[in-house]
Amino acid sequence: MHKEPVTDFATDWDHTDPQWVNNPYPIWDDLRERCPVAHTERYGGGWFPTTHEMIAEIANDTEHFTSRQVVIVHNKNPELMPPAPIGGAPPITSDPPFHQIARRLILPAFAPGPVRALEDQVRALCAKHLDALTGETRFDAGARFARYISPGVISRMLGFPEADEDQFRDFVHLVLDLIDLPTEERIPLFAPMTDYFDQQIADHVAHPRDDFTSYLLNVEIDGQKLSPEHVRGTMVLTLVAGIDTTWSAIGSAIWHLAQHPEDLARLVNEPDLMPVAVEEFLRFYAPVTMARLVKEDMEFHGHDFKANDWVLLGFPAANRDPAVFKDADQFIIDRAINRHAAFGLGIHRCAGSNLARMELRVAIEEFIARFPRFTLDEDEPVTWAPGQVRGPRAIPLRVL
Amino acid sequence: MKVVIDADLCQGQGRCFSIAPNVFGFDDLGNGVVLGDGTLTSETLKLAQLAMANCPEHAIFIEDDE
Ligand code: HEM
Ligand code: SF4
Repeated sequence: MHKEPVTDFATDWDHTDPQWVNNPYPIWDDLRERCPVAHTERYGGGWFPTTHEMIAEIANDTEHFTSRQVVIVHNKNPELMPPAPIGGAPPITSDPPFHQIARRLILPAFAPGPVRALEDQVRALCAKHLDALTGETRFDAGARFARYISPGVISRMLGFPEADEDQFRDFVHLVLDLIDLPTEERIPLFAPMTDYFDQQIADHVAHPRDDFTSYLLNVEIDGQKLSPEHVRGTMVLTLVAGIDTTWSAIGSAIWHLAQHPEDLARLVNEPDLMPVAVEEFLRFYAPVTMARLVKEDMEFHGHDFKANDWVLLGFPAANRDPAVFKDADQFIIDRAINRHAAFGLGIHRCAGSNLARMELRVAIEEFIARFPRFTLDEDEPVTWAPGQVRGPRAIPLRVL
Repeated sequence: MKVVIDADLCQGQGRCFSIAPNVFGFDDLGNGVVLGDGTLTSETLKLAQLAMANCPEHAIFIEDDE
């Protein structure tokens, strides 16, 4: 679909505009000073607040904003969307009171204990892909490393065959990246994904095993098993939310280290710094932006929000707000006070945050243990994923 | 001095128990809990304050003794 380039993001923002995709931070800083709520007529109408305070306010206001649709598409078609409060992918598309029920079901699987148990597996997975790079001095760390870690973890968690990982990336691409297709072209593309999940569900019904899919099939709410749509929706969510996000975070961290030898050297020499550094990677390069729909006409800080307008919650923009973060535009690897919102705020706070942090930490630890000195390969381009989950896809490196 | 977590505000962001594992733990859902009765010593006070300053949901409170 052809789109007009954006000339003023204050009145015509578009999160898929090449300027935004390549470097959104100056745009957000400008909007925060000038607006601070930007508007667009694109996508059927939407808003983009840029201060931490407003983003937190909306994230915590489930009375006026619904999560029924969290990924912005062109045609809202409310009748095609599964109704609130459950939505198509519980709990992320659910509103209270159902949200809490759907969320509590999945939280135990992602609590610190179970996540710790996965750490060795993640380390082994990293080692496998790093082994394949032995002796190479120029490679794309996105294509050869970052993109493999989270699909490996999630597919094992769901109990899917490892060989299917390429398909998962296609599914994620469909849900998150192909948002510019008209609805009538987009909807049929979902059929192979739905079929794939149905096959996996059928296989798990026939051969139950100790994984997250079997858990969802057996768990009960008030003595009742979940509906097949709920099971499938949560599985799709786990796959989509668990892959692109962490892949982007790992990629951004490597991209940063390739350009900041002083930070790389500190991490190599001071391994204890890693947990604090991970939080700063998450703040500075927060990959995830999520949407809400306005429930009914309302006023928001002087703006007329109309029913069904989009509101894009820029958690990454909140993380750069100088009202909340000292030297917000500086990456400070040992930033001690860091109340970042990379995992969202309020009731939808990322259910997978313990897993995401562990994957990010282990992936960086393993990568820099093998490659303690590297830099960007200026001969090749860095490319960025467009849309609501942003991160580098091609990260051309030179090993020093 | 005592530290408490407001369970209605906590969303299990998990910053507290990684910063101050001697002061905070977590429940089955991964939400933060205060270990023991939350009484702070001069050493744990600093860590509890650091956790408080990092909790994205502003769910941690340090209360003066009556
Ligand atoms: C660095 C990596 C990640 C980031 C930055 C991230 C970010 C987010 C954000 C901002 C939200 C809030 C969405 C909203 O408010 O609408 C969210 C929700 C969610 N995330 Fe993540 N995420 C990451 C990794 C993961 C992983 C690895 C998983 C699990 C497999 C996961 C599962 C979920 C789920 C299930 C929700 C919905 C929670 C709810 O609605 O109650 N995420 N994530
Ligand atoms: S840091 Fe705050 S939100 Fe996170 S677990 Fe602790 S109290 Fe809860």
